Amino acid sequence: MFTPPEGARRSRPGHTVLMYGNDFAEPDDPGAGPLNAADGGAVEAAAAHVDTKAREGLASFDAIIAADQRIEPRDAMPEEYRQTLIRQIAQHAHSEIIGMQPEGNWITRAPSLRRKAILIAKVQDEAGHGLYLYSAAETLGITREELLDRLHTGKQKYSSIFNYPTLTWADCGAIGWLVDGAAIMNQVPLCRCSYGPYARAMIRTCKEESFHQRQGFELLWELMRGTPEQQAMAQDATNRWWWPALAMFGPRDTGEHAVTGGHTEQSMAWGIKRFSNDDLRQKFVDMTVPQAARLGVTLPDPDLLWNEERGHYDFGEIDWDEFWRVIKGDGACNAARIERRVSSHEQGAWVREAATAYAAKQRERADGAVGAGEGSAA
Amino acid sequence: MSEGTLPLFEVFVRAKRGLSHVHVGSVHASDAAMAVRNARDLYTRRQEGVSIWVVAASDIVASSPDEKDSFFDPAGDKIYRHPTFYEVPEDVEYL
Repeated sequence: MFTPPEGARRSRPGHTVLMYGNDFAEPDDPGAGPLNAADGGAVEAAAAHVDTKAREGLASFDAIIAADQRIEPRDAMPEEYRQTLIRQIAQHAHSEIIGMQPEGNWITRAPSLRRKAILIAKVQDEAGHGLYLYSAAETLGITREELLDRLHTGKQKYSSIFNYPTLTWADCGAIGWLVDGAAIMNQVPLCRCSYGPYARAMIRTCKEESFHQRQGFELLWELMRGTPEQQAMAQDATNRWWWPALAMFGPRDTGEHAVTGGHTEQSMAWGIKRFSNDDLRQKFVDMTVPQAARLGVTLPDPDLLWNEERGHYDFGEIDWDEFWRVIKGDGACNAARIERRVSSHEQGAWVREAATAYAAKQRERADGAVGAGEGSAA
Repeated sequence: MSEGTLPLFEVFVRAKRGLSHVHVGSVHASDAAMAVRNARDLYTRRQEGVSIWVVAASDIVASSPDEKDSFFDPAGDKIYRHPTFYEVPEDVEYL
């Protein structure tokens, strides 16, 4: 057993002492190495280490980013990197938490026990994803309380997609297929994000997300093989969710829309973002068009056409005015979503208070018992 | 009293028998027993584990990234600690 030097216990100003994800190797981390060092090229690695040591600045933030390694919670990092991540991870977490509501709306009315069990499991997963993400954000020095407060007061946003209403049962299918499909497209590259805790949260999330997309597709698949009314319901849901799903990738950011020094450019330089919004959106369209054809639904875009030259589907212009309107609060459900979130938080306060009081009482009793034990031994 | 004041616990899960517990993330909870239950709900919804540890985050003592060099570099040039450092005849087996 060794004692770490005193400085190891010091927490640096502006940093939290939260330890999530810090100093723990992932089980599949190549750095964990083989059981027998003779198999692992450890000597070469050690020799290379001696060489690279000579190169200065290896430990610095820039060098870690340049080497495509991961930044961990207590590493030095530019304040802007920290703030960008807090903002992005928080908004991501808020989206998962608010994202429970549109589908939660249908749990009591799911058409079968099977569908109800699936929907409950899916909504519970969304809560889980929100919690993974809040934990990741907290490693950057913000508290859970602050994060929730920023959501409740509207200081931080969540994905505007959740301000659209779920009018029919088919909407649960369209959300799984299109909204979760778009989310996966966005989240898979984040598994390689330069910030370790965020990347790890994304790995867990992505593993769970594919169930969400498949159950949505299956739901619509069933409707499309049902009555004409059910088919119309599936088509209607597709019509209403297609464009908001495309808008989920965010404003255009390539070609004439590329902004020098903008968000995308900086986030890419930092290894937070790996692909532009437009590239991810294109991938999503290319992936989804054949799926729609197989389902038998029509995507509501007359400009959607295969472009032989580009090797991609061309598609129409997104209504960006609507996008910004909904973000700024003018969606069908903005107020209802936040009201619901705040009231459920407030209604849960007594549970947190009771649990805290119980824990305090247990601690007191344990302390009392220890005291009594020592007393009788004396 | 609110969520932000609930203590933070780090969660470790043993994926299956024969493997060690591995850090998977963290949860807030009023006490350790609640933390175990929260961790069960959050990190093992798909049978990811057969055992859970929770540790109050405030109880963890860690090495500091500031002192990474002085702390870990002394091991960097001791390549004779690795078996392949040694030159032995190629026709000797099981070595």
